Amino acid sequence: MAASQLHVALAGNPNCGKTTLFNLITGQNGYVGNWPGVTVEKKEAKLTSDKSVTITDLPGIYSLSPYSPEEKVSRDYLMSGEPDVVIQVIDATNLERNLYLALQVVETGLPVVAALNMADLVEKNGDKIDTRALSKSLGCPVVMISALRNKGVDELLAEAKRAAATKGSVPEHRFDSAIEDVLTKIEDLLPSSVPASKRRYFAVKLFERDRDALRLINLPKDSATRVDELIAACEKDCDDDAESIITGERYAVIAHMIDGCLKKAPARMSTSEKIDRIVTNRILGLPLFILIMWAVYSIATGADAFGTAGTDWVNDNLFGEGFELFGMQFQSIPGVIEGWLVAAGASDLVQSLVLDGIVAGVGAVLGFIPQMFVLFVLLSFLEDCGYMARVAFVMDRVFRRFGLSGKSFIPMLVSTGCGVPGVLATKTIENEKDRRMTVMTTTFIPCGAKLPIIALLMGAMVGDAEASWISPLFYFLGVIAVIVSGIMLKKTKLFAGRPTPFVMELPSYHFPSIRSWWLHIWERVSAYVKKAFTIIFASTIVVWFLTNFGVYEGAFGFLPAMEGIPEEFTDYSVLAMVGGAIAFIFAPLGFDSWQATAMSITGLVAKENVVATASSLLHIADGTETDPNLWAAFAGMFPSMGAIAAFGAFNLLCAPCFAAMGTIRAQMNSAKWTAIAIGYECAFAWVVGLMINQFYLAATGVFSIWTVVAVAFAAAIIFQVVRPMPKWAWEDNDKVVPAGAVTA
Amino acid sequence: MKTLGDVAVGDSSTIIKLHGEGALRRHLMDLGLIKGTQFKVVKVAPLGDPIQITVRGYELSIRKEEAAIVEVQ
Repeated sequence: MAASQLHVALAGNPNCGKTTLFNLITGQNGYVGNWPGVTVEKKEAKLTSDKSVTITDLPGIYSLSPYSPEEKVSRDYLMSGEPDVVIQVIDATNLERNLYLALQVVETGLPVVAALNMADLVEKNGDKIDTRALSKSLGCPVVMISALRNKGVDELLAEAKRAAATKGSVPEHRFDSAIEDVLTKIEDLLPSSVPASKRRYFAVKLFERDRDALRLINLPKDSATRVDELIAACEKDCDDDAESIITGERYAVIAHMIDGCLKKAPARMSTSEKIDRIVTNRILGLPLFILIMWAVYSIATGADAFGTAGTDWVNDNLFGEGFELFGMQFQSIPGVIEGWLVAAGASDLVQSLVLDGIVAGVGAVLGFIPQMFVLFVLLSFLEDCGYMARVAFVMDRVFRRFGLSGKSFIPMLVSTGCGVPGVLATKTIENEKDRRMTVMTTTFIPCGAKLPIIALLMGAMVGDAEASWISPLFYFLGVIAVIVSGIMLKKTKLFAGRPTPFVMELPSYHFPSIRSWWLHIWERVSAYVKKAFTIIFASTIVVWFLTNFGVYEGAFGFLPAMEGIPEEFTDYSVLAMVGGAIAFIFAPLGFDSWQATAMSITGLVAKENVVATASSLLHIADGTETDPNLWAAFAGMFPSMGAIAAFGAFNLLCAPCFAAMGTIRAQMNSAKWTAIAIGYECAFAWVVGLMINQFYLAATGVFSIWTVVAVAFAAAIIFQVVRPMPKWAWEDNDKVVPAGAVTA
Repeated sequence: MKTLGDVAVGDSSTIIKLHGEGALRRHLMDLGLIKGTQFKVVKVAPLGDPIQITVRGYELSIRKEEAAIVEVQ
């Protein structure tokens, strides 16, 4: 076998430690969370210790039923003929439910090795598992392991290689004899093209009226009719439907297996139960949740907090005035680079590009890292230890009202830091519609990069960048945008359907291993850092070009170096031309100046650019969001307060930034859905801006055709929000069809 | 018909039948909620829904609406 690849599939329930094992044996850092359903797609990697072995991590599933996409992916792969052996990972602290899937995997006839994971916890609980008895009753080798503590894993891999050389596992379990009779009869009806090792699997699937399995084997029509008759007769005898009969038989077999192999220590109240008594307590649950969130944000982004101190240090010293460390004086990064450039005799153009463009732009992004790092350290801990599953439990009632589930909450929390990891966090949502909807709406929540914009708006509107009552208003706007969008979209053809069932396992609390915690933090921070050095890097160059190049007195070139050009050279820039050309789009929103339009354009590239663009277009040198000169110049672009608010609403709600758009593209895995998401966000932002400006104008007695348009939009939104779910939305397409109906 | 959602917090009961059809029903069955299964309602979320039950040795969160297809004793 040396030349050819050995394919090992990892199968198991959500949260059974499959991904931890995958990361351990492949050295990959796929993310692991204490959250059911982390792996949505299957992942592949080579075994670290033996490159001729390919490991495929399948999504966590509970069964091989034909209903969820994850289950379909898994069984299609198992049936594809590629895997040589399956490692069935079993959470040994929850044998009963985990064996339910194991039984079905053994039935596929593939060689299987069962890995009883979390052996250390079993020992701690005082339980004893007789692996030899289990191996005998399950019909495959059983190995005790602890993926977290790297115990028993080498033995498991050796066992898997041995098993791969065999013909396959033979299911030992037998159902009730009446059911076995029917299964044997169905097996006899299967076409000869179905190999011996897979005949039982297909017989059981046919008995369950599994239409996907039926399609695979091309059953002749008369056999299909005969199968239908057999099932119908059996259902009549048992007074139950076929799916229930098989499920019942499986659990009966498992109960018998467990009797023979598990010695449970006397039950006592686990730590998890004790924690849950308080954390999801009817009265304390919500206040505690608010307190924890408040603590997280105070530590990460509060005025005197840890994260903010780091961010201020980076902004003020590393990218500002320079700093003193251990009595030594250090120059700031821009200072150092300027020194190099001058020493190298770089031209003004190069200096401008590097310092004003790249260093300033990337620096603005990197400044957020300390805050974001602290935020992700805390959120990742809450997620990995199992608390976030409880948050979903506590918050589900709220989110269901607008068509989402409690699981949509985590991406929104992460999005308050950065939308890129926020969109990535949607992968824990199993349901495709919910996931898409969360991707589309999660970036409405103001991210870290939008905070300077909010500060600028506050300064311009009330003359106080710290005004504590305005900032919550914009968060509120974001939350309302999520809710209204959720309710509206749920009633469109794109998202219609029955509310997604929210049946979720609440995993036991555990202290996350430092390694997986760190991987999780790193995944998020690195998503942000990558954004800084790729998309923001490129976009700062583009923005720099757009603002510094242009046409002055008929000649195109680098404006600052042009003969006789006034100080306000940006008025002649390419950005000014583009902004002026499309400013008409924003006229109904009250801001048709090319500067405001240009700021929105650079904001679409990256929100971090907006304040810097304002400063350069409005000719306020080094203007920041706390500079009253910039506030005044900024406010001067707008005819009214309504227009400033409309500008704010548009920029905070429209498509987030190139980096987040790229992440949306990756997450949606569909150009069409990416276009829908980004198009919806921008259109919604424009409509909200329009309504704010027009209603403000109407309140001051100014009416126009746009007033009518704004009223029409408002009416349409209210209609879509309050109307009942349309009838066609309830069409159900997951009914089980009889075997004859598919082949016919 | 008494359903899983009607069981008071702290009470235990046994499942009689799963009604309805399709994905939700199968999903609940795969999670081990079948005829004859004993369970205990551990708690209700602070906002009144979903509920948390202990079944087959693990904790499950389920909405009352979905629990309504599960007939219990």
